[in-house]
Amino acid sequence: MSFADYVASRWQELLVDAAQHASAVIQCTLIAAVLGVALGVAVHRSPAGSAVATALTSAVLTIPSFALLGLLIPVLGLGVAPTVTALVLYALLPIVRNTIVGLAGVDPAVLDAARGIGMSRAGVLTRVQLRLAWPAVLTGMRVSTQLLMGIAAIAAYVKGPGLGNVIFSGLSRVGSANAINLALAGTIGVVIVALVLDGAYVLLGRLTISRGVA
Amino acid sequence: MTGEGTVSGVEICLDQVTKRYPGSQVAAVDEFSMTIPAGQVVVFVGPSGCGKTTTMKMINRLIEPSSGRITIGGRDALSLNPDKLRRGIGYAIQQAGLFPHMTVGENIGLVPGLLGWQQQKVRARVEELLDLVGLDPAQFRNRFPRQLSGGQQQRVGVARALAADPPVLLMDEPFGAVDPITRGNLQDELLRLQSELRKTIVFVTHDFDEAVKLGDRIAVLGPRSSILQYDTPEAVLANPADDTVAGFVGAGASLKQLTLLRVKDVDLDEAVTAPTDEDPAALHVRLTMQNSKYALLLDARRRPVRWVHVRELVGGGALSTLGRPVEATVTQRSTLQDALEAILTEGGHVPVTGQHGEYLGVVRIDTVMDVIRTLREEHEHDHD
Ligand SMILES: Nc1ncnc2c1ncn2[C@@H]1O[C@H](COP(=O)(O)OP(=O)(O)OP(=O)(O)O)[C@@H](O)[C@H]1O
Ligand SMILES: [Mg+2]
Repeated sequence: MSFADYVASRWQELLVDAAQHASAVIQCTLIAAVLGVALGVAVHRSPAGSAVATALTSAVLTIPSFALLGLLIPVLGLGVAPTVTALVLYALLPIVRNTIVGLAGVDPAVLDAARGIGMSRAGVLTRVQLRLAWPAVLTGMRVSTQLLMGIAAIAAYVKGPGLGNVIFSGLSRVGSANAINLALAGTIGVVIVALVLDGAYVLLGRLTISRGVA
Repeated sequence: MTGEGTVSGVEICLDQVTKRYPGSQVAAVDEFSMTIPAGQVVVFVGPSGCGKTTTMKMINRLIEPSSGRITIGGRDALSLNPDKLRRGIGYAIQQAGLFPHMTVGENIGLVPGLLGWQQQKVRARVEELLDLVGLDPAQFRNRFPRQLSGGQQQRVGVARALAADPPVLLMDEPFGAVDPITRGNLQDELLRLQSELRKTIVFVTHDFDEAVKLGDRIAVLGPRSSILQYDTPEAVLANPADDTVAGFVGAGASLKQLTLLRVKDVDLDEAVTAPTDEDPAALHVRLTMQNSKYALLLDARRRPVRWVHVRELVGGGALSTLGRPVEATVTQRSTLQDALEAILTEGGHVPVTGQHGEYLGVVRIDTVMDVIRTLREEHEHDHD
């Protein structure tokens, strides 16, 4: 069967896998964004805290994803739990780092003015600091999303959802009829989902970044 | 700077206010006590690092005093909620500190919003304020700060500070980052606004010209925010409290308007004059009769040579050795700026000489101060 015929015959299953893949990546990026921004906000005023947070989150990146997933199996079992945990951990670094950089980049005069006109600390954080750091945070999320696209495929190893399953089943039957088609379909699928999500980020940026700072 | 509006400002009292930054041996502000009268502009002027900003920021508690008392309109500032306190105090700073992600209208409307004003009322207020600071609302309301020139940003900064009509305004070098011509315009506008609004304004600068131009009173500050002199600009110019203040005055005092006027434009005063060979005792009698302290000695060609004080005449000795030499003279064509500088070196008055260096009269500090006052009033009326 040619690749085109294979995709034509399986496109519904492929679409479900692609949707699950995207969904897992997006949800994990969102969880990582919430945690990463909170962590960034917590440490950004202390140089030592910032250094530690950056060092810890980048240490995660040095662990090969196969190894991390494998290590999580005895703790969390198979399926969603280890997948989400691993993906969130990998997504943290770009978001934490960019949150810290974004917050540090806010003009001190602007903060002085914000406090000076009577905004509460929470008001300054949500209406000024995070708004001004948002372009950097969003860039961090975009990088994390790209990073997770590949790692999510490997999560099929712990029975995670997504296109990784297609690739893995291709790789597990090398030599048989559809092995190449499966692997190819999964891989191309990951690339397409990545491109679509990247486009979504551009759109999101347009919609959410103030024209005053874009 | 007296104007026609009714006073909307309130009195601010600082009583032995001290700020000691953590980890610092010496206090940044040491037992600072001052009463800032309602409706007046008080300018803190002094060298970099003397504590102007720290002192000012303790009024709205951006910096918490280590000790001391501050009352604003009779209310104890240190017992209020700091955020609420600040919403009632206008705050404008160098580089404007506008929120770059908000439009001009959103920047100005922020404090009224925090105070819970209706949207409709906020919008109307934004229009009114943009008009007040000389920016066309239709053109500027929806712009972002980066789409404005430096001067326009400062105007918006002032409008934002005025938004909730606070009785007190704190301004920390608000015009420090713009070119001299724009700065002059912004100062003129502030004077015009203040003549209507009559707020209590604390203004920080290290430009003495700006202090003289804007202040009803000037506080010349020294190390640890010590008050070297706290008085009207006229008095600071005329009678610097000490050498430090004098140095500050001399270094910076160039009242630009004074360079537009010449000595021939003002009435000269007569000094008691005497030829160098007059009998000291006779001169003493003349001075006493005319109720004057100083005599100006003229040489044979009536050129001013020495000032002599009435006290110096009693000890005896020839006139030509008494008193001190005339250091500076001006001509009819000198600017009043030159005259003022000369007056400050000569001490209260300077001789005016004619074409051949002969004595014509003197210009007194009071004359120059009258001119400054008139100029300033005229200047205010230009904008009406
Ligand atoms: N946050 C701080 N921590 C420690 N020391 C400080 C702090 N802020 C200011 N100082 C010190 O307090 C002193 C007064 O500073 P301040 O900013 O009030 O001076 P200033 O008169 O406003 O100076 P400038 O004209 O340069 O703005 C300085 O010696 C400064 O180094
Ligand atoms: Mg300062």
